[in-house]
Amino acid sequence: MQLYAFGITKDIIGEAILSFPIQEDSIQVQELKALLFKKFPDLLRLPSFAISVNLLYASDETWVNKEDEIALIPPVSGG
Amino acid sequence: MKTHIAITSEAINIYNEHLKLVNPRSGAICVFIGTVRDFNREKEVNELYFEAYEKMALLTMEALAHEAKGTWPLHNIVMVHAIGFRKITDPVVFIGTSSAHRDAAFQASRFLIDQLKETVPIWKKETYQNDSAWISTHP
Repeated sequence: MQLYAFGITKDIIGEAILSFPIQEDSIQVQELKALLFKKFPDLLRLPSFAISVNLLYASDETWVNKEDEIALIPPVSGG
Repeated sequence: MKTHIAITSEAINIYNEHLKLVNPRSGAICVFIGTVRDFNREKEVNELYFEAYEKMALLTMEALAHEAKGTWPLHNIVMVHAIGFRKITDPVVFIGTSSAHRDAAFQASRFLIDQLKETVPIWKKETYQNDSAWISTHP
C-alpha cells in the first residue's frame, strides 16, 4: 500500500511516498491509523490528521484497498 | 458561467485573474486576496512556503465552486492558490466572484475563502530568522 504524506506528516515519516505493507486486501481507516501511530508515534503529537482515499476525505469507517490512493492530511493551513 | 480554478507556482497576476471575472451581465465583482504578512504569533516572518496535494486541492476547490453556484446567482468564479515560496506582501490566494448584484458576490466570496481555509489540502510553512514551522490552522 502506498501512502502520500504532506506537510508535517512528511517530516515525521521522512518521505513523501511511503510503502506501507499490510496483510489484508482491505483495511478500515481507523485500523490504518492505528498501524501508522505504532510505526510513527510522533504522529500522535499532532492535534489531528485526516486520511484521504482517492482524493476524498475518509471517515474512520471507510474501507481502503491496496490499490487506492491514500494520503495523510495534517491540519490544513491554506489561504 | 465561467469557473477558473488553479494552483500555481508562478506569481499570481491580480489583473489577469480579475479579467476572468468580467461579465457583461455582472454589476458586481468581488475579489478577496490573501497576502503574506510579516508577523504571526509574535514572531517575525521571513517568508512562507506553500505545499499542496494538488489533485485533491483542485477537486476540493471545484466542489466548493459548484456549491457556491448552487447557492448564489453567480456569473463567474475564480479561485487561484499559490504554492512554493512567497515573500512578505505577496498574494497567495485570489478568490473572485461576479454576479448581477453585490449581495451574492460578497456572500459567495466569503463562503469560498472560509471553506478553502478549512478544507482544501494546502499547507503553509512559516520561515523565521532561526527556524521554521508548519502551521496547523484547521481543524
